[in-house]
Amino acid sequence: MVNLKINNTPIQVEEGTTILDAAKRLNFRIPTLCNHPDLSVAGNCRVCVVEVKGARLLAASCATPVSEGMEVNTNSEKVRIARKHVLELLLSEHNADCTKCFKNGHCELQELASEYRYGDHIFIDLVKSGDKVLDISSPSITKDASKCIRCQRCVRTCTELQAVSALAVVHKGDHQTISTFLGKPLNDVVCTNCGQCINRCPTGALYERNYIEDVWHAIYDPNKFVVVETAPATRVALGEDLGIETGQRVTGKMVSALRKMGFNKVLDTDFTADLTILEEGTELLTRLKKALVDKDETVKLPMMTSCSPGWVKFQEHIFPELLDNLSTCKSPQQMFGALAKTYYADKINIKAENMVVVSIMPCTAKKFECNRSEMRDSGFKDVDYVLTTRELAMMIKQAGIEFDKLEDESYDNILGESTGAAVIFGTTGGVMEAALRTAYEIITGSEVPFTNLNIKPVRGMEGVKEASIKIKNTKPEWSFLEGVELNVAVAHGLANAKQLMETVSSGKSNYHFIEVMGCPGGCIGGGGQPIPTSAEIRKRRADAIYAEDMGKTIRKSHENPEVVEVYKEYLTQPLGHKSHELLHTHYKVRKRY
Amino acid sequence: MTNTEVLIQELVQKHGRNRNALMPVLQGVVACEKFLSESAMIAVARELDLSAADVYGTASFYTFLDTKPRGKNIVRVCKTISCHMQGKEEIIKAIENHLKVKVGETSHDNKFTLLTANCLGWCHKGPVMLINDEVFPSLTPDKAIAIIEEFSKKTN
Repeated sequence: MVNLKINNTPIQVEEGTTILDAAKRLNFRIPTLCNHPDLSVAGNCRVCVVEVKGARLLAASCATPVSEGMEVNTNSEKVRIARKHVLELLLSEHNADCTKCFKNGHCELQELASEYRYGDHIFIDLVKSGDKVLDISSPSITKDASKCIRCQRCVRTCTELQAVSALAVVHKGDHQTISTFLGKPLNDVVCTNCGQCINRCPTGALYERNYIEDVWHAIYDPNKFVVVETAPATRVALGEDLGIETGQRVTGKMVSALRKMGFNKVLDTDFTADLTILEEGTELLTRLKKALVDKDETVKLPMMTSCSPGWVKFQEHIFPELLDNLSTCKSPQQMFGALAKTYYADKINIKAENMVVVSIMPCTAKKFECNRSEMRDSGFKDVDYVLTTRELAMMIKQAGIEFDKLEDESYDNILGESTGAAVIFGTTGGVMEAALRTAYEIITGSEVPFTNLNIKPVRGMEGVKEASIKIKNTKPEWSFLEGVELNVAVAHGLANAKQLMETVSSGKSNYHFIEVMGCPGGCIGGGGQPIPTSAEIRKRRADAIYAEDMGKTIRKSHENPEVVEVYKEYLTQPLGHKSHELLHTHYKVRKRY
Repeated sequence: MTNTEVLIQELVQKHGRNRNALMPVLQGVVACEKFLSESAMIAVARELDLSAADVYGTASFYTFLDTKPRGKNIVRVCKTISCHMQGKEEIIKAIENHLKVKVGETSHDNKFTLLTANCLGWCHKGPVMLINDEVFPSLTPDKAIAIIEEFSKKTN
C-alpha cells in the first residue's frame, strides 16, 4: 500500500494505482479525453495534468502511478492555466461546428469546453488552414478528420479490442492524422464496421452514418407500410440515452414509443432469433451427423455462428479459409427482413414493394449487412434502413415523446413473439446458450442439465469461454451422439475471436460449435449502443438481459408458438426448401490487406 | 512472386517476424527501392502479421522512409536556419534549374529526386546537402551542380 495526499486529503491505495484513479476514490474528478477504461494508457491529450509537489513538470495523472508521500494538487493555479491552454490548443485545431455536429450534446470535448467557459481565443485558429477529409464512403461509419483531436482512442480500440487496426496514427507533428492505409476510404479497407471506435471517440470525429431522415420520410409517406424490428440488446440500453438508469429494461416503453412515432407494425428481431436457433441448431446437428456418421470430410467443424455482421466480415477478410465453418444462417435481422417481405406481407395483404423494413440495432455493422447484395432474397432489399439504439433515442426525442412516462405496450403479432432464449442473443454466450437449450432437447427429448436452463459456463465476460456437455439418453435417431462430449467455445470482441481462430486454424482445437460476437460483451456492448461504455456498464446491461430471459414464460426457441406456426404455414421444416431460399446465405473472400 | 516480395522475404529471414523487425525491414526495402510502394507495405504487413495501416503509420512517421516514388538518387538540401542564412535558396534554385524539377519532384530520367531536409548537423559548413547517404558541405551553386553531374554519370 502507498500513502499519499491529494488536495491535502490523505489516502492509502495499492501500489501501481494512477493518480487519476486515486483521486477518483476521493471524489476528485480530473478531466480526461484520451483515457478510456477499456484501453491502454496513452497520456497524449494532457488535459488530466496535475501538480505533484517537488516535481519540475506537471504530471499526466492517467499515466503517473502514485508513490509514497506524494502530495498532489488537482486544481492549483498552475494546473488550471495549463489545462486551459491544453483545451484551447485542442480547440484551435478542432472544427467546433457544434450545433451542426451529430455528436452535439454527446461530446466530451464540448462538455469540457462548457465546464471551463472560454471566451477568448488565445491561440491562432488552425481549423480553416487544414485540408481535413470527411469520409462518407462507409454505409456504417462516418469519419470527420476536422473534428479529430488525435487522442488515438479509436486506434487503440481497433488494435487492442478488435485486432483489426484499420486506423493508425500517420505522419508526425502538425501533419499527424488518424488514417486508414494510405488514407483510403473506410469502405475500401479492412474494416469490420463494428463501430467500437465510435463508442470511444470523445468528439464527433467518428459517428454512425445515420438514416434518421430517411426513416421519417418513409413513416410520413402514406403509400408506405413501415414495419420496425428491434434487436434484443436495444431494450436494455435505450433508456440510457433517454434519462433512465443503466441496466433498466425498457422493452414495453420502446414498443410504445415506436408505435407513437408512427410505425405501422412494431415487431421483434427476437422472433427471428428464435427462428435462427431452429435453423442453426438443425444445421449443427446435420453437420455432426454428416461428420460423425457419414464420415463426410467436406463437412466443416467446428461450426461457427453468423449473427454478428462485424464478425462475419472479419472472417471474410482475415480467415477466409474458415468461411465454410460459418453457419449459412442469415442473422436474425436479415431473416426478419426476408420473411417480412414475403410470408408476412402476404399474410397482412400488403405488397412487398410498398413495405419498408426498419431495424433498430445496437450495431453499426448491421447497416453494412442490410446493404449486402446477398440480402435481397425477398426480391427487394430485405431490410431497408438500420438505425442504432442512439439514433432511435434521437428520434424519440424529436417526436416529443416523454419516454419515461410511457406505459408498457406489447409487440404486434405475428413476428412479435419471442422466448427468453432469443433475448439472450444480446449478450456474449447467449446464442450458444439458446442453441444448446434447443439442440440438447432435440437430441435427447429432455432439457439441458443445468439448473433453471441457465448454462452458466458460457456466461460472463471472460474473453474466451469453453464448455463441454456430455450427451446422454439420446433419442434413437440421434444415437450416434450417445456419450459424445459436445465441446463449445464462446468469444466476444474480435481480438479474442482472432486468438480463438488461430487455434482452430492450426487444427489444435476439438470444438464442435463456436459462438463469436464481434463486440466486447456481445451486442449489449455493440457499436450502436449508447455512449459511454465500460466493463461495469456492459455488465449491468447483460444482467438486464438475463433478467428479461428469466421473466419470460417460454425460454426455449423451439417452443415459440409463432415459430411453430411459421413452419407449419410456410417454411415446412428447418433447412427446408423455403428456408434455404430465404433464411440462408453465403460468404465471400475479401482482401486481407 | 515479385522482386519486392523476394526482397522482403530475405529481409524477414534476416530480421525475424517480431514487430521490432519492422524498422530494419522497411529500411532494407528503402535501401534497394528508394521508397515504399503500396504493394511493398502490404507485403511487409503480411510477413509480420500487422495491418497495412500499421505499417503505413510507421513508414509515414519517418522522413527517410518515403512512401512516394523516388528517383535513383535522393538529394536533400538542408533548409534549416544556418544553411538558409548561408544561401541554401541559391543552391536549391540552381539544382531546380539544372534538373528541371521543383522541390519534391523527380527528374524525367528518374535519376534524381530533389527534397529538403531539416538540420543535418553541419551548420558550421553550410549550405549542405545530402545525396543518398553522403554529405556535401560548403556548397556553392556551381559546386552543387558539379556534384549532381558526377552522380548522374555514375547512374545508369
